[in-house]
Amino acid sequence: MVSTMSVLGTWIGVFFTLSIFSFLFKDNPFYKFAEQVFIGLSAGYGLIYLIYNVLIPNLFHKLIFDFSHNVILLIPATLGLMMLLRLIPSLQWLSKYPLAVVIGTAVGISMLRYMQSDFLNQLTATMINPLAGATKVEIVGNFLLIIGTICGIYFFYFSRKKEGIYSVPSRIGIWFLMISFGASFGYTVMARVSLLIGRLDFLLKDWLHIIK
Amino acid sequence: MKIDSQTERRIIFIVLFIAVMLPLIFPIGWTSEVSPHVQMTYDMVDNTPEGSVVLLSFDYDPSTATELQPMAISLIEHAWKNNQRVIATALWPMGVKMADAAFQELLLKYPSKESGVDFVNLGYKTGGMVTIQAMGRDMKSVFPTDTKTIPYEDIPLLKTVRSLKDIQFVISLSAGDPGIKQWIMGAHDMFGVKVAGGTTAVSAPGFLPYINSQNQLYGLLGGLKAASEYEQLLGIVGPATVKMDSQSVAHVLILVFIAIGNVKAYKKRNSKKEGK
Repeated sequence: MVSTMSVLGTWIGVFFTLSIFSFLFKDNPFYKFAEQVFIGLSAGYGLIYLIYNVLIPNLFHKLIFDFSHNVILLIPATLGLMMLLRLIPSLQWLSKYPLAVVIGTAVGISMLRYMQSDFLNQLTATMINPLAGATKVEIVGNFLLIIGTICGIYFFYFSRKKEGIYSVPSRIGIWFLMISFGASFGYTVMARVSLLIGRLDFLLKDWLHIIK
Repeated sequence: MKIDSQTERRIIFIVLFIAVMLPLIFPIGWTSEVSPHVQMTYDMVDNTPEGSVVLLSFDYDPSTATELQPMAISLIEHAWKNNQRVIATALWPMGVKMADAAFQELLLKYPSKESGVDFVNLGYKTGGMVTIQAMGRDMKSVFPTDTKTIPYEDIPLLKTVRSLKDIQFVISLSAGDPGIKQWIMGAHDMFGVKVAGGTTAVSAPGFLPYINSQNQLYGLLGGLKAASEYEQLLGIVGPATVKMDSQSVAHVLILVFIAIGNVKAYKKRNSKKEGK
């Protein structure tokens, strides 16, 4: 037997789904209410989740039950507290230091990884023998990959005026960029329709029980 | 009769609503061809030996469940069919619940599969790429317990797993950041672990360049269509297959709208020229 809480949950879901959809007609108080509740709930859920799943097990629990082996955790704890000092205007300047640590660390880690994965490996992936493909389609694909990469990058080369012969690779580059934008648009349409399908599936299945 | 743009918008929304709703109620049963990137992912799972430990990262939340949850269910089912053991982790907080829901749904079909032996949910960890790097060195330090608070060393499935290198492949089901990209950078490019991905259609084009001669990605499932193709390869009529009729009808309708819009714009431009 379906529990009362489950039925209530479904009805609340239906109310908020229809409230959000009502914006398609025009802006109205139901939409605004649903929007505000969503923002508030997300922020509240995120905060509580972080306290119980990150701060308590990774910081408080370790410091309380095994302080001697986790003294180093006092450093991030202090930095975290310094971040909260943004709320006190006279001590606001102290929050800049933990922010600097976070930015510095993130940049340091990301720079190395991005250089390897998004630059070196991607560059190596285009250095292929185009004739080495197993099928004709693959060989054509290899040529397109090489031409598209070179012309696409050339389009963003601005140190020389693109006139005459120099404008040809740039124009080819634009074609490649336009085709990729078109593909992205197609994928975006598919994603948005999927979201609509998901909500209608919920309304028809869980609420109205029209489909199984 | 002249219709203003506001009314036009509303007509488009209503027609689209009906076009998506009707195939859900009255399925058409259209099929689609399996794309190469889906086939690559399927082959990677299929060619992995029995008994191997594989990792699925649930890097999404309920807002993208329509596209990603069918992928998760199909991938776990495929792994279980091949007697592979599945570790679930999450780089997104709500990913934990999505993993639980997928396992619970499949346990109805595979009741003999046992928690801790055939699958385990290690839960959420903050940190993105830093967490993945730490997993590459020592899994236990990152996940000292599973979501049921059973200690790492007491879970039979994890007896042979010390780091990411002991895992046959990682598939990240990702709706954004952190997600597939971090797994490529951390697991594949640092530790040489095979990585494949499943993502929302809107994010898929951004990951296509990673399927390259460097094998940064071993396969990619992009959106609901890819999920339905995977179900087709498994020989099941799952949630994605059922929804693909609506998707196809909506796409045809949008193409018609684009054509009408272009004809209207062309006529408007011509009438302006004639007016001059």
